[in-house]
Amino acid sequence: MALTGHTLYAGDGAGPLLRLTAPISLWGGVAAKTGIITARGHPQCGKSLARTVAWLPGLIGSSSSASIMLELINNGVAPAAVLLARSDAILVTGCIVAGEMGLRAPPVVLCALGAAPGGNARVLAGPEGATIWLGGD
Amino acid sequence: MELSNADKAALAGAKGPGAAMAHRIVVEAGQLLGADRLIDIQSAHIDGALYHGDAGVAFAERLVNEGARVAVPATLNIGALDLIHPGRVSLPAHERAMAGRLMAAYQVMGCKPTFTCAPYQAGHRPAFGAQVAWGESNAVAFCNAVLGARTNRYGDFLDIACAIAGRAPEYGLHLTCARAATLLFDASALPERLKASDVFWPVLGALVGARAGEAVPAVAGVGAFAREDRLKAFAAAAAATGAVGHFHIIGHTPEAPTQDAAFQGAAPHETIPLTPADLRESRDRLTTAAGNTVNAVGIGSPHLSPPECRALLAALNGRTLTLPLYANTGRHVVAALEAEGTIAALEAAGVTMVLDTCIVATPILPGATGVLMTNSAKFANYAPANIGHSVLFGSLEECVETAVSGRLHRDPDLWR
Repeated sequence: MALTGHTLYAGDGAGPLLRLTAPISLWGGVAAKTGIITARGHPQCGKSLARTVAWLPGLIGSSSSASIMLELINNGVAPAAVLLARSDAILVTGCIVAGEMGLRAPPVVLCALGAAPGGNARVLAGPEGATIWLGGD
Repeated sequence: MELSNADKAALAGAKGPGAAMAHRIVVEAGQLLGADRLIDIQSAHIDGALYHGDAGVAFAERLVNEGARVAVPATLNIGALDLIHPGRVSLPAHERAMAGRLMAAYQVMGCKPTFTCAPYQAGHRPAFGAQVAWGESNAVAFCNAVLGARTNRYGDFLDIACAIAGRAPEYGLHLTCARAATLLFDASALPERLKASDVFWPVLGALVGARAGEAVPAVAGVGAFAREDRLKAFAAAAAATGAVGHFHIIGHTPEAPTQDAAFQGAAPHETIPLTPADLRESRDRLTTAAGNTVNAVGIGSPHLSPPECRALLAALNGRTLTLPLYANTGRHVVAALEAEGTIAALEAAGVTMVLDTCIVATPILPGATGVLMTNSAKFANYAPANIGHSVLFGSLEECVETAVSGRLHRDPDLWR
């Protein structure tokens, strides 16, 4: 199945879909060297964002999360694509700066996921809009 | 986006390639936020000097090397080093060197070396209604709510980019309409004795942040008990458990002389009556450690003000410490208290002063795990993931009594 979304940062990426079920602060919530979620009590604590298509219901907490996004990208452990339920400038700023620094930043797309299947996902985000293919092998 | 001639010139490189990159970042962020134009800003608070990895250093040094300098007065948030006490932080050699380079790079760009998360208590207090670009979640909430200046929650990089450009995207909390409260927390039924205690405020903030998320909350029934340091603790808590960038304390904060003013004439989307049980539940969520063992006590997130340092000294009451107690503050506070001897007296009692940084942002505590007792909801929120310490939350007095005796002290009357 395919969904459409609004591009916040353009690009393409594919990987296993990781659906976070609670909002997260990247600073104090995700290890910049590994991409592993460390936020205590977070339902997905212990899982890694690295190379996934990560769906985030929201970002909370520290404004340092842009730095963590940049370091995740620089360390090769960023998500392959980020799907956001709500627009967030802090995370996307990390992608914008990564792009300025010549790094390949993942696409960030605003979309409603609904009862999407698991499995692999592919995201193609252009200036006119984004398409997300879900449920692939 | 509608760009001014000055914007176009900066983007074309009239102020150098570093300034052009900063302007591009501001414009690109503004476009994704749906801003129609950029506005002038009067000041900035920059949260980029804390080392998170080498890519952030490369970004700052590229700005420096390409000649970028801030166009408006800018203060710096904490770094990863205590530059006043070089032995305090135990970072490995590479990280230590990079953390120092990062703190230096932002100074070369013209930022003031305040290195504090409470810039509003270090002389940086924009006027009511001023448009500014601030980072650091607690400072953003304080700036909007308590000072009535206008900033969004600027993340790392966008804050320095705005400071260099002297411009910010016109959206969100820069606009009057986005500053109206939508959620009402009614604390009028809570006991006054509780509201008059300092420890109530971070607990209330943690509750409000967790419920409000990104909404602008208003709290009724506490205005008579609001004090600057209590609002500081409230703001830090609400901005840590939620994404609160602005709030109103009805009858106290400058945009909320009345409920009607706070809600800009509209009715609350939701009214949440608060009970003592709600507060106790919020308090208990701030404690993650089981048992009574405490390894260290940490206070000062946000950084301690001069009155908070004096309150610590008063609570110690001439006694010396059994457990390590870390008091986190800025060099501005040490300078202000030098003459009266407060810092020397705290150090003589065994207090470890931490300046320019804090114990939850960089390795200072001995041991990779342990139990930290704190009166800060922000420390409680971040200590477990950032520094591997579980947390016991308590009042300043409970923290000090614990640090003096070496055994967990609880005041059974505090929350009754």
